[in-house]
Formats: sequence, structure tokens, C-alpha cells
Amino acid sequence: MTRSNLQTSGFVRDPLLLCSLVFIAAIAAAGFLAPWISPYGAGGFEEKQILETPSLTHLMGTDGLGRDLLTRVLYGARVSLAVGIGTAMIALVIGTAYGLASGFTGGNLDQFMMRLVDIFYGLPDMLIFILLSLLFGRNIGGLLVALGLVSWVRFARIARGQALQAKEFLFVEGARAIGASRRRIVLRHILPNILGPIIVTLTYSIPAAILAESTLSFIGLGINDPYSAWGTSWGSLAQDGWRAMRTYPHILFFPAAAIFLTILAFNTLGNALSDLLNPRGK
Amino acid sequence: MLTFLLKRLFHGLAVIWVVATLTFILLRLAPGGPFDRERKLPPEVLANIEAKYHLDEPLSQQYLRYLTGILHLDLGPSYKYLDRGVKEIISDTLPTSVLLGLLALIFALMVSFPTGLIAAYFRNSWIDRLALLTATLGISVPHFVLGALLIWLFALQLGWLQAGRWDSAASMILPMVTLGAAPAAYIAALLRSTLIEALGEDFIRTARAKGLRENAVLFKHALRNSLVPVLTVMGPLTAALLTGSFVVEYVFAIPGMGRFFITAVTDRDYPLIMGVTLVYTALLVTANFLVDLFYAYVDPRIQVH
Repeated sequence: MTRSNLQTSGFVRDPLLLCSLVFIAAIAAAGFLAPWISPYGAGGFEEKQILETPSLTHLMGTDGLGRDLLTRVLYGARVSLAVGIGTAMIALVIGTAYGLASGFTGGNLDQFMMRLVDIFYGLPDMLIFILLSLLFGRNIGGLLVALGLVSWVRFARIARGQALQAKEFLFVEGARAIGASRRRIVLRHILPNILGPIIVTLTYSIPAAILAESTLSFIGLGINDPYSAWGTSWGSLAQDGWRAMRTYPHILFFPAAAIFLTILAFNTLGNALSDLLNPRGK
Repeated sequence: MLTFLLKRLFHGLAVIWVVATLTFILLRLAPGGPFDRERKLPPEVLANIEAKYHLDEPLSQQYLRYLTGILHLDLGPSYKYLDRGVKEIISDTLPTSVLLGLLALIFALMVSFPTGLIAAYFRNSWIDRLALLTATLGISVPHFVLGALLIWLFALQLGWLQAGRWDSAASMILPMVTLGAAPAAYIAALLRSTLIEALGEDFIRTARAKGLRENAVLFKHALRNSLVPVLTVMGPLTAALLTGSFVVEYVFAIPGMGRFFITAVTDRDYPLIMGVTLVYTALLVTANFLVDLFYAYVDPRIQVH
């Protein structure tokens, strides 16, 4: 068996990682299939059964307006995953392009571009999100842009570092020697080589975005769109539950658990991937 | 050494200037203003208000006024609180936030150092696995989830501690733990991995071979070499503490700067938002500067950099 096969088999044998993968798949399926899983409508309305504790008819109980909490949590998965994956993708595209451009150009422009990244990198994420959300509005699109504009710096740093390294690789020099175009060198020779660290960063960006979105929603600065077809984000559900925590802790418990477990699952996946791609760090 | 510090100082001031400028531009671009009401104000009234806050001047003049204000530590009037300026609000609330942040940092260091050391020393034992698992949990748990859980358990169920107050040492325990948990987990995991690396180095074998006691090997040789990576993350950790502080202040109803920041955003109280942003940036720049100083102390090679 080759070395990579050995590692792959160890990868799947870790029980925590396996649970994480299953959980992520389950959450994705739940969000996707929410209308078919839940017997209640998207709003989860069922009159006269307000603030019920969990029971067989309402597995997670109902909230202050009599909405089935399980239904709301299922729909909430859509928002959280969309925000997580959407943000990571925006950040990936902007950050990688910026980093590669900076690393390849080199010289003063590179220095200037990286100083800019340093400044953004050091600032508290949440501060920038909040400031940007004032500009872009508090809807899902605005939030994606704001979160993406903050997270790209991580990708930029990694892509640049890898680009600088890759410039020195012999096969890149070889490609240049036989007259390959710059575009071809970047796309065919360098991008595949820096894919590993980028994928790890991508995996960590998803939970970071989910965390940021739910925190913003919890403190009342998140998505502010009560009629969204997407459903209400877990952070907003937790905010509802927070107000009723003293008497009805279940309304807070389930969304909070969903947020925590999802972030945990993605972080575990990220750890496993970075161990896999960088065996020395173990 | 002096050039290095001067360079860092200059860099820090540049960061503050960039942030001040970007915030200014951002908030001027943002739609809606602090004086938008459901019922429109008569244009004459609005014009008077705008004149009072110099909003009728050209943007360049507003920007200059704003920058010179910062130089004089004058952050302007608040749009929302008529009796207090931004400076007064910040000087009233900043000490609370700084105290919370320092408590959390001390908590994080006191928990993470022993944990990281023990985990690294007994690597791959059940203690190590438990520590790693706890660290992964600690890194993943959002502040508001942990805060709510602690309040529910220790204040509502057990009744040991009170939540929603900030007046005694006992009332500070839960916020401190909530804010410090993630940094503690992060530092512990980092310290563990750098220590494991250090313990495998040749100079450790030499130290052991020449008969040094295990304590001396661990603390004098291994730990000192693992301090630099930990110091490297102190800057970002300060940023994380600042970010976390407004959530923790919100959850525990602590009268700190973060809570005012959240209200200021809802109220679109632009001068207060800009003031708080600047203070956060200044805190961060100071923290990074201190880290640089420590660096030079711990690792003399860095002075050349």
C-alpha cells in the first residue's frame, strides 16, 4: 500500500472525523429536504400550541408563536450553509487571485499589496463585518459580500506565499525555459501545487463564516429579512430563544446546539485535512 | 533595535490612519442617516441639524476636521446621546472592556500553559487526547452559546453565580471564562504542538544527556523555544478578544464599550461608531507593539529583522 493510501485509511478511521462527515452530510440533506421532512409549512405555524416543550409531535417543541422549532431549525440550515459556503467561495476567488497576482508580480507592487493585506488581517473580523453591513444592508446578499470581503485576506496570504515558493520550483523553471506562457504556468503548474493549503483554508473559512453570521444575528445585527424564503438563520432563532431562556430554555438549546455542532464538524474536518496534507505537523 | 521599534511604531500609526480614513469613507457611503425618522423632518429642521454637526460642509473639509479632531483626541459629539460626547462615552466604558479583556487573557494563559505542557509531555496518552478534544470544543463554541450555557447552568440552575451584573469579583467569573475559553483552547493546542516539536530537537537530548533535571529541560530549554510561536498569535488573539468582548458584553449586560458599539450601529450614531473603531484599532496596534517588544526580548535574532 502506498503512503497516501495508508493515510487515507487512517483518515476515515478517526471516529470523530467520521461523525463530523456524517453530520455535515445530514445537515446539508436536512436543509435541502426541509419541506419534505417537516409536516409543517416553511413558517412551521400551528396555532394554539405555543411554547410547548419537546414532545413526539414537536420533537424540538414550539416557539412563542406556536411555530414548530424543528422545522425552523431545518430551514435555518439553508441559511447557515449558504452563508458558510458562499462566503468561502467569494473569499477563495478574490483572495487567491490577489495573492497569486501579488506573489507573481513581485517588487514594490507586491510589497504594497501585502501591506494592505496585513492591515486587514490584523483588524477584528466582527468590527469590519459590522461596518460593512452598514454599507451593504442587512440581507443575505449584503452579508455574503461583507463576510467575503473580510475572509479573503487569509487566502491572499497563503496564495502569495505558495506562489513565491512555486516560482523557485524546478519544474516551473523548466516550463518557462520551454517558453510556456505566464498564464499557462500559473494555471497548469502552480495552481495544482498550491491546492492543498487552499482547500484547508477553505474548510476553515466555512465554520468561521457560519460563526460570524450566527453571532451577528444573535446580537441583532445580522440578516434582517423576516419574509425570506430561505428561512430564519440559526443565530436569529437563538436570539429568540435567548429572550425566553429563563422559562423556556429549549428554544435556545436546539439552534445553539445546531450552530455549535456544525462549526465543530467543519473544524474537525479542517484539522484532519491539514494533518493529511501536512503530515510533518502532526 | 531602535530602528526596528521606530519602524513598528510608524507602521502602527499608518494602520490607525488607514482605518480612520476607510471608516470615514464607509460611513459617508452608507445609505440612511442618524436623523432619518419614519416621519420626515421638515427640510429646515434637517438643515439646521446638519449645520450643527457640520454635515453641510464639503466632504474634504469634514475629513480634515475629523482628522484634526483625532489628533486633539476630540472624537466629536454623539448623534444619539446629547449630554455626552463620544470621548466621554468611551472613557466611561473603555476601562470596563479593558478589565474584561485582561481577565480573559489571564484566564486563558493560566489554563493553557499547564494544559499544553502536560499534553505535550504525555503525548498520545489519554490525558493528551482529552486535552485536544477539549481544545477543539473550546475553539468551536461561539461566545454566545458558551455564555448562555454558563448562565443557564451556574446562574439559573445551580444559583451559584449571578449573571447580568458587573460589580463584584464573583460577577466577573462567567464573562471571564466565556471570553477566555477560545484563546485558552487555541494557545494550549499551539503550545502542545510546538513543545512536541521542541522536545524532539537535538539540544533537548543534549540537555538530558548532560544530566539536567527534567524540570530544567522542560522549562528552561523546551518552553522558552516554544514561546515565540505563542507570541506570534498574541496579536490576532487580542483582535479575537476585542471581537468577542462585544458579544460577551451583550450576553452578560456588561456596561462596556462593545455594548455601546452595538447600540451605536443600530442607531447609526456615526461619530460613536468611528470613535469606538479607532479605539479598538489603537488597542490592537498597542498590543502588537508590545508583542514586538517581547519578541526582541525572547528571541534576540529577531532584532535584525
